[in-house]
Amino acid sequence: MTETFTPPTRFAVPGRIAVSNRAAALWQTATLTEIRRETPHAATFRFAVPAWEGHLPGQHLMLRLTADDGYTAQRHYSIASAPDDDGHIELTLDHVDGGEVSGWFHTGAQPGDEVQVRGPLSGFFAWPGDRPALLIGAGSGVVPLMSMVRHHRARGLGVPLRLLVSARGPEELIYAREYGAETTPVFTRSAPEGVPVGRLAARHLAPLLAEEPAGGWEAYVCGSNAFAEHASRLLVRAGQPVDRIRIERFG
Amino acid sequence: MNVTRGFTGRPRAHRPGLPPGQYDAGDDWPVLSAEVTPDLAPAEWTFRVDGLVAAPRTWDWDEAHALPESAYEGDIHCVTSWSKFGVRFGGVSLDAFLAAVRPDASATHAVAYSHTGYTTNLPLSDLTGGRAWIAWEYDGKPLAAEHGGPARLLVPHLYFWKSAKWIAGLRLLDHDEPGFWEQNGYHARGNPWEEQRYAGD
Repeated sequence: MTETFTPPTRFAVPGRIAVSNRAAALWQTATLTEIRRETPHAATFRFAVPAWEGHLPGQHLMLRLTADDGYTAQRHYSIASAPDDDGHIELTLDHVDGGEVSGWFHTGAQPGDEVQVRGPLSGFFAWPGDRPALLIGAGSGVVPLMSMVRHHRARGLGVPLRLLVSARGPEELIYAREYGAETTPVFTRSAPEGVPVGRLAARHLAPLLAEEPAGGWEAYVCGSNAFAEHASRLLVRAGQPVDRIRIERFG
Repeated sequence: MNVTRGFTGRPRAHRPGLPPGQYDAGDDWPVLSAEVTPDLAPAEWTFRVDGLVAAPRTWDWDEAHALPESAYEGDIHCVTSWSKFGVRFGGVSLDAFLAAVRPDASATHAVAYSHTGYTTNLPLSDLTGGRAWIAWEYDGKPLAAEHGGPARLLVPHLYFWKSAKWIAGLRLLDHDEPGFWEQNGYHARGNPWEEQRYAGD
Protein backbone atom coordinates (compact mmCIF):
# COMPACT_ATOMS: atom_id res chain seq x y z
CA MET A 1 0.00 0.00 0.00
CA THR A 2 1.49 3.34 -0.98
CA GLU A 3 0.58 6.25 1.22
CA THR A 4 2.00 9.67 0.68
CA PHE A 5 0.41 12.44 2.63
CA THR A 6 -0.59 15.54 0.70
CA PRO A 7 -2.33 18.21 2.74
CA PRO A 8 -5.47 19.48 0.99
CA THR A 9 -4.39 23.02 1.77
CA ARG A 10 -1.08 24.65 2.63
CA PHE A 11 -0.57 27.82 4.52
CA ALA A 12 2.26 30.26 4.64
CA VAL A 13 5.09 28.18 6.04
CA PRO A 14 7.71 29.23 7.00
CA GLY A 15 7.96 32.62 8.66
CA ARG A 16 9.21 35.56 6.67
CA ILE A 17 12.41 36.14 8.60
CA ALA A 18 14.85 34.45 10.90
CA VAL A 19 14.24 35.53 14.49
CA SER A 20 16.76 36.36 17.15
CA ASN A 21 16.52 33.90 20.01
CA ARG A 22 18.75 36.12 22.08
CA ALA A 23 16.39 39.10 21.86
CA ALA A 24 13.41 36.90 22.68
CA ALA A 25 15.12 35.54 25.79
CA LEU A 26 16.11 38.86 27.32
CA TRP A 27 13.87 41.06 29.49
CA GLN A 28 14.72 44.75 29.09
CA THR A 29 13.48 47.88 30.80
CA ALA A 30 11.27 50.12 28.67
CA THR A 31 10.70 53.66 29.94
CA LEU A 32 7.43 55.34 29.02
CA THR A 33 8.19 58.70 27.37
CA GLU A 34 4.88 59.81 25.85
CA ILE A 35 1.17 58.96 25.81
CA ARG A 36 -0.99 60.00 22.83
CA ARG A 37 -4.72 59.49 22.70
CA GLU A 38 -5.87 57.90 19.44
CA THR A 39 -9.59 57.26 20.06
CA PRO A 40 -11.87 57.25 23.13
CA HIS A 41 -10.74 53.64 23.79
CA ALA A 42 -7.19 53.48 22.44
CA ALA A 43 -3.96 55.32 23.15
CA THR A 44 -0.39 55.09 21.93
CA PHE A 45 2.40 54.56 24.45
CA ARG A 46 5.93 55.47 23.39
CA PHE A 47 8.90 53.88 25.17
CA ALA A 48 12.63 54.37 25.25
CA VAL A 49 14.32 50.97 25.03
CA PRO A 50 17.98 51.86 24.60
CA ALA A 51 19.15 48.31 23.88
CA TRP A 52 16.27 47.46 21.52
CA GLU A 53 17.89 45.51 18.72
CA GLY A 54 15.29 46.48 16.14
CA HIS A 55 12.23 44.77 14.71
CA LEU A 56 10.41 44.32 11.46
CA PRO A 57 6.88 45.60 10.86
CA GLY A 58 4.31 43.05 12.06
CA GLN A 59 6.35 41.65 14.94
CA HIS A 60 5.18 41.71 18.55
CA LEU A 61 6.70 41.70 22.01
CA MET A 62 5.88 40.44 25.45
CA LEU A 63 5.32 43.10 28.10
CA ARG A 64 5.41 42.51 31.86
CA LEU A 65 4.18 44.55 34.80
CA THR A 66 5.28 43.72 38.34
CA ALA A 67 3.44 44.56 41.56
CA ASP A 68 5.36 45.29 44.75
CA ASP A 69 4.61 41.81 46.14
CA GLY A 70 6.26 40.26 43.09
CA TYR A 71 3.03 39.43 41.26
CA THR A 72 3.48 39.81 37.52
CA ALA A 73 1.13 40.10 34.56
CA GLN A 74 2.38 39.71 31.00
CA ARG A 75 0.77 40.13 27.61
CA HIS A 76 1.71 40.00 23.95
CA TYR A 77 1.37 43.30 22.09
CA SER A 78 1.99 44.16 18.46
CA ILE A 79 4.50 46.91 17.76
CA ALA A 80 2.97 49.98 16.12
CA SER A 81 6.06 51.96 15.20
CA ALA A 82 8.19 51.52 12.11
CA PRO A 83 11.52 49.81 12.76
CA ASP A 84 13.72 52.77 11.87
CA ASP A 85 13.15 54.59 15.13
CA ASP A 86 16.40 54.43 17.02
CA GLY A 87 15.91 53.09 20.54
CA HIS A 88 12.19 53.83 20.72
CA ILE A 89 9.12 51.68 20.16
CA GLU A 90 5.41 52.47 20.27
CA LEU A 91 2.45 50.31 21.26
CA THR A 92 -1.19 51.22 20.75
CA LEU A 93 -3.43 49.61 23.35
CA ASP A 94 -7.17 49.31 23.63
CA HIS A 95 -8.55 49.86 27.09
CA VAL A 96 -9.90 46.34 27.61
CA ASP A 97 -12.85 46.09 29.99
CA GLY A 98 -11.39 44.77 33.25
CA GLY A 99 -7.96 44.34 31.65
CA GLU A 100 -5.31 44.43 34.35
CA VAL A 101 -2.46 45.42 32.03
CA SER A 102 -4.31 47.71 29.63
CA GLY A 103 -6.19 49.11 32.64
CA TRP A 104 -2.92 50.16 34.27
CA PHE A 105 -1.76 51.79 31.04
CA HIS A 106 -4.99 53.72 30.53
CA THR A 107 -5.60 54.84 34.09
CA GLY A 108 -2.28 54.84 35.93
CA ALA A 109 0.66 55.07 33.57
CA GLN A 110 2.72 58.27 33.35
CA PRO A 111 5.82 59.25 31.43
CA GLY A 112 8.85 58.03 33.36
CA ASP A 113 7.23 54.75 34.40
CA GLU A 114 9.21 51.60 33.70
CA VAL A 115 7.95 48.27 32.43
CA GLN A 116 9.74 45.16 31.17
CA VAL A 117 9.69 43.92 27.57
CA ARG A 118 11.19 41.03 25.66
CA GLY A 119 11.32 40.77 21.92
CA PRO A 120 10.81 41.29 19.09
CA LEU A 121 9.02 37.95 18.80
CA SER A 122 8.00 35.73 15.91
CA GLY A 123 8.79 36.08 12.24
CA PHE A 124 5.51 34.73 10.90
CA PHE A 125 3.57 37.98 10.64
CA ALA A 126 6.61 40.10 9.79
CA TRP A 127 6.75 42.08 6.56
CA PRO A 128 10.30 42.91 5.48
CA GLY A 129 9.00 45.30 2.79
CA ASP A 130 9.79 42.96 -0.05
CA ARG A 131 6.48 41.57 -1.32
CA PRO A 132 3.32 43.48 -2.34
CA ALA A 133 1.25 43.69 0.83
CA LEU A 134 -2.53 43.59 1.15
CA LEU A 135 -3.32 44.55 4.75
CA ILE A 136 -6.72 43.97 6.35
CA GLY A 137 -7.36 44.94 9.95
CA ALA A 138 -10.16 45.77 12.35
CA GLY A 139 -10.11 47.81 15.52
CA SER A 140 -6.72 47.61 17.24
CA GLY A 141 -5.87 44.89 14.70
CA VAL A 142 -4.60 47.74 12.56
CA VAL A 143 -1.63 48.22 14.91
CA PRO A 144 0.90 45.79 13.35
CA LEU A 145 -0.37 46.77 9.89
CA MET A 146 0.30 50.45 10.66
CA SER A 147 3.90 49.53 11.39
CA MET A 148 4.02 48.22 7.81
CA VAL A 149 2.37 51.36 6.36
CA ARG A 150 4.80 53.59 8.27
CA HIS A 151 7.78 51.50 7.18
CA HIS A 152 6.60 51.65 3.56
CA ARG A 153 6.41 55.45 3.78
CA ALA A 154 9.55 56.03 5.78
CA ARG A 155 11.63 54.02 3.34
CA GLY A 156 9.83 55.28 0.23
CA LEU A 157 9.28 51.67 -0.85
CA GLY A 158 7.97 51.15 -4.35
CA VAL A 159 6.39 47.77 -3.68
CA PRO A 160 2.56 48.04 -3.70
CA LEU A 161 0.80 48.24 -0.33
CA ARG A 162 -2.91 48.63 0.40
CA LEU A 163 -4.73 48.81 3.73
CA LEU A 164 -8.38 48.01 4.42
CA VAL A 165 -9.19 49.06 7.98
CA SER A 166 -12.51 48.41 9.69
CA ALA A 167 -13.79 50.52 12.59
CA ARG A 168 -17.17 51.05 14.21
CA GLY A 169 -17.17 54.71 13.28
CA PRO A 170 -14.85 57.60 12.40
CA GLU A 171 -14.23 58.42 16.09
CA GLU A 172 -13.07 54.82 16.69
CA LEU A 173 -10.67 54.76 13.73
CA ILE A 174 -7.15 54.50 15.13
CA TYR A 175 -4.49 56.57 13.29
CA ALA A 176 -7.26 58.35 11.32
CA ARG A 177 -5.11 61.39 10.54
CA GLU A 178 -2.22 59.33 9.20
CA TYR A 179 -3.91 57.43 6.38
CA GLY A 180 -3.23 58.28 2.75
CA ALA A 181 -4.25 57.00 -0.65
CA GLU A 182 -3.15 53.45 0.29
CA THR A 183 -5.98 53.13 2.83
CA THR A 184 -9.70 52.40 2.55
CA PRO A 185 -11.61 52.66 5.84
CA VAL A 186 -14.70 50.49 6.33
CA PHE A 187 -17.23 51.74 8.91
CA THR A 188 -19.56 49.20 10.51
CA ARG A 189 -21.88 51.36 12.68
CA SER A 190 -21.61 54.99 11.65
CA ALA A 191 -19.81 56.77 8.84
CA PRO A 192 -19.17 60.28 7.60
CA GLU A 193 -21.75 61.82 5.25
CA GLY A 194 -21.79 60.00 1.92
CA VAL A 195 -19.79 56.96 3.11
CA PRO A 196 -21.70 53.68 3.29
CA VAL A 197 -22.08 51.79 6.57
CA GLY A 198 -21.52 48.03 6.62
CA ARG A 199 -19.05 45.32 7.46
CA LEU A 200 -16.11 44.32 5.29
CA ALA A 201 -17.44 42.58 2.18
CA ALA A 202 -16.39 41.05 -1.12
CA ARG A 203 -16.94 44.41 -2.84
CA HIS A 204 -14.12 45.93 -0.78
CA LEU A 205 -11.68 43.20 -1.78
CA ALA A 206 -12.62 42.87 -5.45
CA PRO A 207 -10.91 46.04 -6.73
CA LEU A 208 -7.75 45.28 -4.77
CA LEU A 209 -7.49 41.71 -5.98
CA ALA A 210 -8.29 42.90 -9.52
CA GLU A 211 -5.22 45.14 -9.51
CA GLU A 212 -3.05 42.28 -8.30
CA PRO A 213 0.62 43.16 -8.72
CA ALA A 214 3.29 40.93 -10.27
CA GLY A 215 4.01 38.03 -7.93
CA GLY A 216 0.64 38.44 -6.22
CA TRP A 217 -0.35 39.91 -2.87
CA GLU A 218 0.90 38.70 0.49
CA ALA A 219 -2.22 39.18 2.65
CA TYR A 220 -1.88 40.12 6.34
CA VAL A 221 -5.09 39.90 8.39
CA CYS A 222 -5.27 41.14 11.97
CA GLY A 223 -8.11 41.59 14.46
CA SER A 224 -10.44 39.62 16.67
CA ASN A 225 -10.94 35.95 15.86
CA ALA A 226 -14.41 36.69 14.49
CA PHE A 227 -13.03 39.36 12.17
CA ALA A 228 -10.06 37.20 11.14
CA GLU A 229 -12.37 34.29 10.27
CA HIS A 230 -14.65 36.61 8.26
CA ALA A 231 -11.86 38.42 6.41
CA SER A 232 -9.84 35.29 5.63
CA ARG A 233 -12.91 33.54 4.20
CA LEU A 234 -13.63 36.56 2.01
CA LEU A 235 -10.04 36.50 0.77
CA VAL A 236 -10.17 32.79 -0.07
CA ARG A 237 -13.49 33.23 -1.89
CA ALA A 238 -12.05 36.15 -3.83
CA GLY A 239 -9.25 33.92 -5.09
CA GLN A 240 -6.37 34.83 -2.76
CA PRO A 241 -4.20 31.68 -2.35
CA VAL A 242 -4.57 30.22 1.14
CA ASP A 243 -0.78 29.96 1.50
CA ARG A 244 -0.47 33.71 0.97
CA ILE A 245 -2.70 34.67 3.91
CA ARG A 246 -1.07 35.36 7.27
CA ILE A 247 -3.36 35.83 10.25
CA GLU A 248 -2.73 37.42 13.63
CA ARG A 249 -5.71 36.91 15.93
CA PHE A 250 -6.07 38.99 19.06
CA GLY A 251 -7.33 36.97 22.00
CA MET B 1 12.70 42.95 40.97
CA ASN B 2 11.49 45.72 38.67
CA VAL B 3 8.32 46.94 40.36
CA THR B 4 5.93 48.86 38.09
CA ARG B 5 4.82 52.04 39.87
CA GLY B 6 1.14 51.94 40.73
CA PHE B 7 0.49 48.45 39.39
CA THR B 8 -1.41 46.19 41.77
CA GLY B 9 -2.92 43.63 39.38
CA ARG B 10 -5.89 41.37 39.85
CA PRO B 11 -6.78 39.94 43.23
CA ARG B 12 -4.27 37.16 43.85
CA ALA B 13 -5.74 33.86 42.75
CA HIS B 14 -4.48 31.04 44.90
CA ARG B 15 -4.83 28.51 42.13
CA PRO B 16 -2.35 25.68 42.52
CA GLY B 17 -3.09 24.71 38.90
CA LEU B 18 -1.96 28.03 37.46
CA PRO B 19 1.58 27.89 36.01
CA PRO B 20 3.90 30.89 36.48
CA GLY B 21 3.10 33.95 34.36
CA GLN B 22 -0.37 32.66 33.40
CA TYR B 23 -3.82 34.09 34.10
CA ASP B 24 -7.21 32.38 34.23
CA ALA B 25 -9.12 33.09 31.01
CA GLY B 26 -12.39 32.00 32.63
CA ASP B 27 -14.99 31.10 30.03
CA ASP B 28 -12.98 32.57 27.15
CA TRP B 29 -11.20 30.28 24.75
CA PRO B 30 -9.08 32.50 22.50
CA VAL B 31 -8.29 31.31 18.97
CA LEU B 32 -4.76 32.11 17.83
CA SER B 33 -4.10 29.97 14.75
CA ALA B 34 -2.01 31.73 12.11
CA GLU B 35 -3.66 30.18 9.07
CA VAL B 36 -7.05 30.16 7.40
CA THR B 37 -9.36 27.77 9.26
CA PRO B 38 -9.71 24.79 6.89
CA ASP B 39 -13.09 23.51 5.78
CA LEU B 40 -12.38 19.87 6.60
CA ALA B 41 -15.23 17.35 6.89
CA PRO B 42 -14.87 14.26 9.12
CA ALA B 43 -15.16 12.10 5.98
CA GLU B 44 -12.05 13.83 4.57
CA TRP B 45 -10.06 13.61 7.78
CA THR B 46 -7.26 11.08 8.12
CA PHE B 47 -4.57 10.50 10.71
CA ARG B 48 -1.28 8.78 9.88
CA VAL B 49 1.62 7.61 12.05
CA ASP B 50 4.87 6.80 10.25
CA GLY B 51 8.62 7.35 10.38
CA LEU B 52 10.55 5.11 12.78
CA VAL B 53 7.77 2.58 13.32
CA ALA B 54 7.37 -1.11 12.43
CA ALA B 55 3.97 -0.73 10.77
CA PRO B 56 3.09 2.74 9.42
CA ARG B 57 -0.64 3.24 9.24
CA THR B 58 -3.38 5.69 8.29
CA TRP B 59 -6.74 5.80 10.07
CA ASP B 60 -9.85 7.38 8.67
CA TRP B 61 -12.60 8.88 10.83
CA ASP B 62 -14.49 5.62 11.43
CA GLU B 63 -11.35 3.55 12.00
CA ALA B 64 -10.06 6.05 14.55
CA HIS B 65 -13.43 6.04 16.32
CA ALA B 66 -13.31 2.25 16.57
CA LEU B 67 -10.38 2.57 19.00
CA PRO B 68 -11.14 2.70 22.77
CA GLU B 69 -12.54 6.04 23.89
CA SER B 70 -10.51 8.16 26.24
CA ALA B 71 -11.22 11.53 27.84
CA TYR B 72 -9.15 14.36 29.28
CA GLU B 73 -10.54 16.55 32.03
CA GLY B 74 -8.26 19.24 33.31
CA ASP B 75 -6.52 22.47 32.34
CA ILE B 76 -4.87 23.90 29.24
CA HIS B 77 -2.21 26.62 29.01
CA CYS B 78 -1.43 28.95 26.09
CA VAL B 79 1.98 30.57 25.64
CA THR B 80 0.26 33.96 25.20
CA SER B 81 -0.38 33.62 28.97
CA TRP B 82 -3.99 32.51 29.31
CA SER B 83 -4.92 29.23 30.99
CA LYS B 84 -8.32 27.57 30.92
CA PHE B 85 -9.46 25.41 33.79
CA GLY B 86 -11.63 22.32 33.85
CA VAL B 87 -11.96 21.62 30.13
CA ARG B 88 -13.31 18.29 28.89
CA PHE B 89 -12.06 16.68 25.69
CA GLY B 90 -13.08 13.32 24.24
CA GLY B 91 -11.20 11.18 21.74
CA VAL B 92 -8.65 8.39 21.78
CA SER B 93 -5.38 8.13 23.67
CA LEU B 94 -2.34 8.44 21.43
CA ASP B 95 -1.05 5.27 23.11
CA ALA B 96 -3.71 3.31 21.20
CA PHE B 97 -2.43 4.61 17.84
CA LEU B 98 1.22 4.10 18.79
CA ALA B 99 0.57 0.53 19.95
CA ALA B 100 -0.71 -0.27 16.47
CA VAL B 101 2.35 1.08 14.63
CA ARG B 102 4.98 -0.19 17.13
CA PRO B 103 7.62 2.59 17.42
CA ASP B 104 11.25 1.57 16.90
CA ALA B 105 13.51 1.72 19.94
CA SER B 106 15.47 4.44 18.10
CA ALA B 107 12.49 6.84 17.97
CA THR B 108 12.98 9.74 20.40
CA HIS B 109 10.94 12.61 18.92
CA ALA B 110 7.96 13.26 16.70
CA VAL B 111 6.81 15.95 14.33
CA ALA B 112 3.06 16.43 14.43
CA TYR B 113 1.59 17.88 11.23
CA SER B 114 -1.78 19.30 10.35
CA HIS B 115 -4.01 19.14 7.32
CA THR B 116 -3.05 22.81 6.84
CA GLY B 117 0.69 22.12 6.76
CA TYR B 118 1.26 23.40 10.32
CA THR B 119 3.92 21.44 12.21
CA THR B 120 5.13 21.15 15.80
CA ASN B 121 7.82 18.95 17.36
CA LEU B 122 7.61 16.94 20.58
CA PRO B 123 9.71 14.46 22.50
CA LEU B 124 8.09 11.03 22.08
CA SER B 125 8.00 10.71 25.86
CA ASP B 126 5.50 13.61 25.96
CA LEU B 127 3.15 11.70 23.67
CA THR B 128 3.02 8.41 25.58
CA GLY B 129 1.85 7.16 28.96
CA GLY B 130 -1.70 8.55 28.80
CA ARG B 131 -0.64 12.19 28.42
CA ALA B 132 -1.66 12.81 24.78
CA TRP B 133 -4.84 12.31 22.76
CA ILE B 134 -6.42 12.70 19.37
CA ALA B 135 -9.47 14.72 20.43
CA TRP B 136 -12.69 15.29 18.49
CA GLU B 137 -15.09 16.30 21.23
CA TYR B 138 -15.15 19.31 23.49
CA ASP B 139 -17.62 19.44 26.35
CA GLY B 140 -19.50 16.52 24.83
CA LYS B 141 -19.93 18.16 21.42
CA PRO B 142 -17.99 17.94 18.14
CA LEU B 143 -14.83 20.05 18.30
CA ALA B 144 -15.38 23.36 16.45
CA ALA B 145 -13.32 23.98 13.31
CA GLU B 146 -11.64 27.09 14.74
CA HIS B 147 -10.45 25.01 17.70
CA GLY B 148 -9.03 22.30 15.43
CA GLY B 149 -12.08 20.21 14.52
CA PRO B 150 -12.80 17.69 13.24
CA ALA B 151 -9.81 16.44 15.29
CA ARG B 152 -6.75 17.89 16.98
CA LEU B 153 -3.76 16.64 18.87
CA LEU B 154 -4.11 17.25 22.62
CA VAL B 155 -1.00 17.42 24.82
CA PRO B 156 -2.34 19.44 27.75
CA HIS B 157 0.77 19.30 29.94
CA LEU B 158 2.64 21.45 27.36
CA TYR B 159 1.82 24.94 26.01
CA PHE B 160 -1.11 24.61 23.67
CA TRP B 161 0.69 25.39 20.38
CA LYS B 162 2.00 21.79 20.71
CA SER B 163 -1.60 20.51 20.48
CA ALA B 164 -1.75 20.78 16.68
CA LYS B 165 -5.18 21.62 15.29
CA TRP B 166 -6.59 19.68 12.30
CA ILE B 167 -4.12 16.90 13.07
CA ALA B 168 -3.08 14.84 10.04
CA GLY B 169 -0.21 12.78 11.33
CA LEU B 170 2.85 12.08 13.42
CA ARG B 171 6.27 11.27 12.01
CA LEU B 172 8.58 9.54 14.49
CA LEU B 173 12.25 10.54 14.33
CA ASP B 174 15.52 9.78 16.09
CA HIS B 175 16.21 13.53 16.50
CA ASP B 176 14.38 16.76 17.26
CA GLU B 177 13.20 18.78 14.26
CA PRO B 178 11.74 22.26 14.94
CA GLY B 179 8.16 22.84 13.83
CA PHE B 180 6.36 26.00 12.74
CA TRP B 181 6.47 28.12 15.89
CA GLU B 182 9.69 26.51 17.04
CA GLN B 183 11.35 27.87 13.85
CA ASN B 184 9.82 31.22 14.77
CA GLY B 185 11.64 31.47 18.09
CA TYR B 186 9.43 29.38 20.37
CA HIS B 187 10.77 26.79 22.79
CA ALA B 188 11.48 23.23 21.63
CA ARG B 189 9.51 21.62 24.48
CA GLY B 190 7.15 24.26 25.92
CA ASN B 191 6.64 23.11 29.51
CA PRO B 192 4.39 25.75 31.14
CA TRP B 193 5.57 24.86 34.67
CA GLU B 194 9.12 25.84 33.69
CA GLU B 195 7.87 28.78 31.58
CA GLN B 196 9.55 27.45 28.45
CA ARG B 197 7.99 30.04 26.14
CA TYR B 198 10.84 31.01 23.84
CA ALA B 199 14.07 29.40 22.74
CA GLY B 200 16.58 29.94 25.55
CA ASP B 201 13.98 29.95 28.37
